Amino acid sequence: MNGFVFDFERPIVELEKKIQGMKEYSYIENVELQDEISHLEAKAEKLRKEIYAKLTRWQRVQLARHPQRPYTLDYLQRMMPDFLELHGDRRFKDDPAIVAGVGHIRDLPVVLIGHQKGRTTREKLHRNFGMPNPEGYRKALRLMGLAAKFKRPVVTLIDTPGAYPGIGAEERGQAEAIAKNLFEMSHLPVPILTIVIGEGASGGALGIGVGDKILMLENTWYSVISPEGCAAILWRDAGKAKEAAEAMRVTAKDLLEMGIADEIIPEPVGGAHRNYDEAAKILETVITERLEELLALPTDELLEKRYRKYRKIGYWEESS
Amino acid sequence: MVWFRRKQQGVLTTEKKVLPDGLWIKCEQCGEVLYRQELERNMWVCHKCDFHFRIQSHHYILFLLDDGSFEEFYAGIKSVDPLRFKGKKKYADQLKDAVKKTGMNEAIRTGFGKINGKPVVMAIMDFSFIGGSMGSVVGEKVALATEKAMERNLPLIIISSSGGARMMEAAFSLMQMAKTAAALARFSDRGGLYISVLTNPTTGGTTASYAMLGDVNVAEPGALIGFAGPRVIKETIGQDLPDGFQRSEFVLEHGFLDIIVKRQAMKKTLSQLIDSLKGGQTAQAS
Repeated sequence: MNGFVFDFERPIVELEKKIQGMKEYSYIENVELQDEISHLEAKAEKLRKEIYAKLTRWQRVQLARHPQRPYTLDYLQRMMPDFLELHGDRRFKDDPAIVAGVGHIRDLPVVLIGHQKGRTTREKLHRNFGMPNPEGYRKALRLMGLAAKFKRPVVTLIDTPGAYPGIGAEERGQAEAIAKNLFEMSHLPVPILTIVIGEGASGGALGIGVGDKILMLENTWYSVISPEGCAAILWRDAGKAKEAAEAMRVTAKDLLEMGIADEIIPEPVGGAHRNYDEAAKILETVITERLEELLALPTDELLEKRYRKYRKIGYWEESS
Repeated sequence: MVWFRRKQQGVLTTEKKVLPDGLWIKCEQCGEVLYRQELERNMWVCHKCDFHFRIQSHHYILFLLDDGSFEEFYAGIKSVDPLRFKGKKKYADQLKDAVKKTGMNEAIRTGFGKINGKPVVMAIMDFSFIGGSMGSVVGEKVALATEKAMERNLPLIIISSSGGARMMEAAFSLMQMAKTAAALARFSDRGGLYISVLTNPTTGGTTASYAMLGDVNVAEPGALIGFAGPRVIKETIGQDLPDGFQRSEFVLEHGFLDIIVKRQAMKKTLSQLIDSLKGGQTAQAS
């Protein structure tokens, strides 16, 4: 994958370039370099493992925002070839920051809902940088209604820097739209599988994120506010986002330890952006397995477990 | 149009008093000088311009519930610092200071009470405790109050006053939105009546969860109610916000509030709502 490279990725990318160069040279000049290439490949593999095993929280946040990171539609193309997008909230308009539709993952019919960011400037504007307006949440809820009616499980993919803070969004009830989704998702009578595939910022993420299982890809973050937002409030300096990411403990591993995430989904070495096909394959397998487990539960038990899952989150002490 | 701006950055105002001291108090809105005793009798509402001063949970208990009817529950639940969070100050110290300053354990009080003889479960948030922010304890107490109301088949009233989710508990705070919404959904499925009362301010994660989920959403006049804070919106869109933006009247006009009620009429309105929607049912608790 070419294009944007973070500083911490650079040693790997440079080594990969060197290997590629040797391969080309060996092919064109017909020189036997297999030993050297194998040696360098082993070295690259080791380097990748080393670097990615000890990424800081902030580096994980950066990976979650990598410009080449696969977005909802990238995964859909690969794991749901028959995906049919359905538009609009039947109230106001269609919100391109959330895509929603129906189709099959392997043989399983599902309703899929996900945040969508844009890749080019034009697409970014069209998708509003993945920041939904109330109509996005209402479209999501409408599709969940279909899922409940036709007994299809729901899969949601989370990747948003937050719900859009704009005048129109407030006028049309951003808070009410999110609140209503939390309310309805908490007792929707079909399985809901929620997966953080990039950024999980605040209520904008949670608005499609209440489910039976919360899964997080390895290089993602999820918290109550973005590290920049937190830093701006704490130190009046958004530049201290790195410290804020540490203080809030925002990574997948953190959320697993906090008992909020149920599972971390491994990414291809070096991150999902380095191999879309493999990342989609991994995701597809996990989704199918988890949905089959959830579909085996009677509805009452499913809903009771979902209730208990959220009911027990948090820490406090009780004195008399 | 702002005439004066603070040029120097990082100027910190000294810690604000919960309510102003002194015999005479200046109205924050119209500048009228008010006699404290009279203001208290008027439930901290300016007699000239109807400005509703921000008041504390004990005032609402006094103004909305029958005398002596409040029986607090779960008062002993206290916040801990699960992430050992440190910003400018340690969160653990912030909590200690807030407990000392307010005499409460958290930003919400919950209990049984009576409104004109009718038993209710009441949860009252208190902005003076870390800006009424919602962390694990606020979420837990809202859920517990909702479950109490469900058990006893009583109407639930939550008075919100909150800047939103509590950053220092990070993802734990965020998940309280889901927790409270889930508890309210169960309560609603079983026919429970929930009246949400929004006061100044109710924003962020609090608005985007239980505060907007009332069967009836009631607000005090002039309260700031919204999802994003006005400053964030202004910075995002790069222009000034219209007058009255995100105030109760604006939110009602856009269809997200049922009714705006002055503080002096709140008790009567709550009583009427309970009679109209649950009259003859609330006493059947099994």
